[in-house]
Amino acid sequence: MGTPLTPEQITERLSKQFGDELSVHLPPGKSAAQVAIVSRESLEDTLSFLQSEAGLEFDFLVDVTAVDYLHFDEPSIQERFAAVYQLYSTIHNHRFTLKTPVPEDDAWVPSAVELWGSALWAERETHDMYGIRFKGNPDMRRLLMPEDFPGFPLRKDYPLRGRGERDAFPQYLDSGPISGGAGKEGGGG
Amino acid sequence: MSEKRKAPGMPAEGAEQSPPETLGLELLRKGLAADPEYRGEHPEPRFFITDEAEDDFGGKTMTLNLGPQHPATHGTLRVVLKVRGEKIVAADTEIGFLHTGFEKLSEHMSYQQWVTVTDRMNYMSAMNNNVGYAIACEELLGVEVPRRAQVIRVILSEFSRLADHIVCNGLAGMDVGAFSLMFWAFERREKVYDLMEAVTGTRLTTSYTRIGGVFRDVPADFDSMVKNLVTEFRRFLEEMRSMTLGNRIFEDRMRGVGIISSADAVNWGLTGPILRASGIAYDVRKARPYSGYERYDFEVPTQEGGDSYSRFVQRLEECEQSLDIISQAIEDLPEGPVLSEDKKISLPEKDEVHQNIESLIHHFKQIMFGHGILPERGREVYSSTESPNGELGFYIVSDGEMNSYKTRVRPPSIFHFAVLPKLIEGLMISDAVAVLATLNVIAGELDR
Amino acid sequence: MGLEKLLGDNIITTSVDSVAKWARKNALWPMPFGTACCAIEMMATLSGRFDMARFGAEVIRFSPRQADLMIVSGRISIKMMPVLLKIYEQMPEPKWVISMGACASSGGVFDTYTLVQGVDQFLPVHCYIPGCPPRPESLLDALMKIQDIIDEEDSDGKAEEDREKPEPETEEETGDSVSAEQEVVEPSGS
Repeated sequence: MGTPLTPEQITERLSKQFGDELSVHLPPGKSAAQVAIVSRESLEDTLSFLQSEAGLEFDFLVDVTAVDYLHFDEPSIQERFAAVYQLYSTIHNHRFTLKTPVPEDDAWVPSAVELWGSALWAERETHDMYGIRFKGNPDMRRLLMPEDFPGFPLRKDYPLRGRGERDAFPQYLDSGPISGGAGKEGGGG
Repeated sequence: MSEKRKAPGMPAEGAEQSPPETLGLELLRKGLAADPEYRGEHPEPRFFITDEAEDDFGGKTMTLNLGPQHPATHGTLRVVLKVRGEKIVAADTEIGFLHTGFEKLSEHMSYQQWVTVTDRMNYMSAMNNNVGYAIACEELLGVEVPRRAQVIRVILSEFSRLADHIVCNGLAGMDVGAFSLMFWAFERREKVYDLMEAVTGTRLTTSYTRIGGVFRDVPADFDSMVKNLVTEFRRFLEEMRSMTLGNRIFEDRMRGVGIISSADAVNWGLTGPILRASGIAYDVRKARPYSGYERYDFEVPTQEGGDSYSRFVQRLEECEQSLDIISQAIEDLPEGPVLSEDKKISLPEKDEVHQNIESLIHHFKQIMFGHGILPERGREVYSSTESPNGELGFYIVSDGEMNSYKTRVRPPSIFHFAVLPKLIEGLMISDAVAVLATLNVIAGELDR
Repeated sequence: MGLEKLLGDNIITTSVDSVAKWARKNALWPMPFGTACCAIEMMATLSGRFDMARFGAEVIRFSPRQADLMIVSGRISIKMMPVLLKIYEQMPEPKWVISMGACASSGGVFDTYTLVQGVDQFLPVHCYIPGCPPRPESLLDALMKIQDIIDEEDSDGKAEEDREKPEPETEEETGDSVSAEQEVVEPSGS
């Protein structure tokens, strides 16, 4: 393994390459690591730079997720959502976090599937939970929720107890089903 | 239906549409199936499996549904196979049958409360989840954990890893016909349960860690219990080796199925024993040591093959390393407190709460709504530990309230299960079962 | 009856009803609907130390058509519930249901959008086991409770108190006790 770079060194190299398109955010706290924030237009370039640039070589996309900033006024993110990428390099043993603001009315982000295979399901789950589309991801079906589920559960305006989905089933007593309920079909397909 | 279906890799239908409006309660009560307007984003291609008519072999294929309630899936997974005879032509998967909303729940529970939820994530090794979450929270708050608590955490999470690995191997044995292996493994797992019960009070869902340490000290005879168990496990691992490795039937079933190359393993985000069985020596305990793992002398074993057999052997090798770590840790168990002295983090002793006004106030401030553990506003952290299945990460964003603004769990299983369709294409159905068993997909952490 | 004397020591006379009940209760074939943590404890109950075979219920059947006891162990999400209903429907009568653990019985701590708050809203449940997860002993206890329930039922699966009693005879019709022929002619209605 090579020498791991600190997040500060990585953001420095990024800003050398991308300049104005990149802003750096330092969360509060003693041991906080820098987070780079890029616009979604330059996200694809940034990610492929991080993957291929000698010395960085992030060959491992650890995770993709999103944060809904509806009830939290985070100064570094001016839009409602932020897609969050956790990167790791098995070659140099360093980590990095990247964020992209995503507006609510036009919620899409370019997909990272071309670069890392692990993005396929991570993006699919993020789409399922937040309703953010990943353009270029070939499989944008719902992952965890039923395919006819309305709404996106991890959005802050979705109630914890749902909107009655969990009560809408036919009821079976000893004599068989007595009420139609939602008339859902079984999982067999 | 056939003309609307798409093969994998094709651009998804309606990819340019904006997400649909969320629907109200009224529609749901009426019945979702009755509503023609909203059928999710991909109404027709339920599975990315091409139709029979497109087959080159005169349509002699059939679609076979495996799960979600099937003994070979060891959980609530669903695999849809397109088979020609016994051979798998294509496969697609569906998950989410155990989706419980842990992440949503974390936004409504305090940090300490959510420790109990982490147990239910990977129930095969609950202790590793407890430890992983506690470490993430400690990183978020900047809390120091007493040395004794760290060593206890290491010992118990290594035992948890042992119990997970041997049951995974036992179930893999069961799936290829060696049924008694599973019973043997469970017999030893019961021994780990005994230890867990003596320390934590429960068998399975331990909820043992607290932010800043562990919730109580180990019993007086912990030392001898651990040493006896280590001796017994060494003998058992030898038994398991002699029963499986070199066994003609076992090797024929396991060798050469589900091969993952090392480049694919990294690109697909695989971690843990599966990644190491493909030859990449990435272990979070070495790469970013936590809980004092850097003090122990252990190796990160790797295999070359990347097939089911390598993964089976890899788990056995890791068991040996875990036993080495436990033996070193138990010799080096320091005296001292097991919970942080920081009054803002840890609850005071119950006796003191009853007799001492200051402790009562601390207790009140911890428990009552609006107080509790309050990390700095805007702080966020991604912290990962090595769970038996691989890298278990927690990404926590705090808005300064007593419950987290967002907690994301990075479960290893979801990345492991995503590759299954690629692995089993071209294999026999029975081989698919052998591949699935060694991936050790735990539905609880897969779906959360 | 005196028949035993004729038949010798090796033959016992009894009613068909009790034989059927005896057979049913000592050879329950469980269908383990295991989803989460409770399923691991169910596996522990089946394996060596606790050994459910002692109670005649070791023949785990993953096909619902061969099972008569369903053990719902673990969390049931809205995606899983239709599957559970379908599998329950496929089990032949008579059938019994154990709801194992807090999540299956009431949703447990997971009061969330996706979790069914107790399968008994939709299925008839005969025995609940508290605990998160319950210990194997609790599952064995529940199994014995199910055996008791089978004991109390008639062989057609109805509990004694639910059975429709024949109309009490009015005094004008006959003062004698009901004759066997009359009872057969009457529609049983059960």
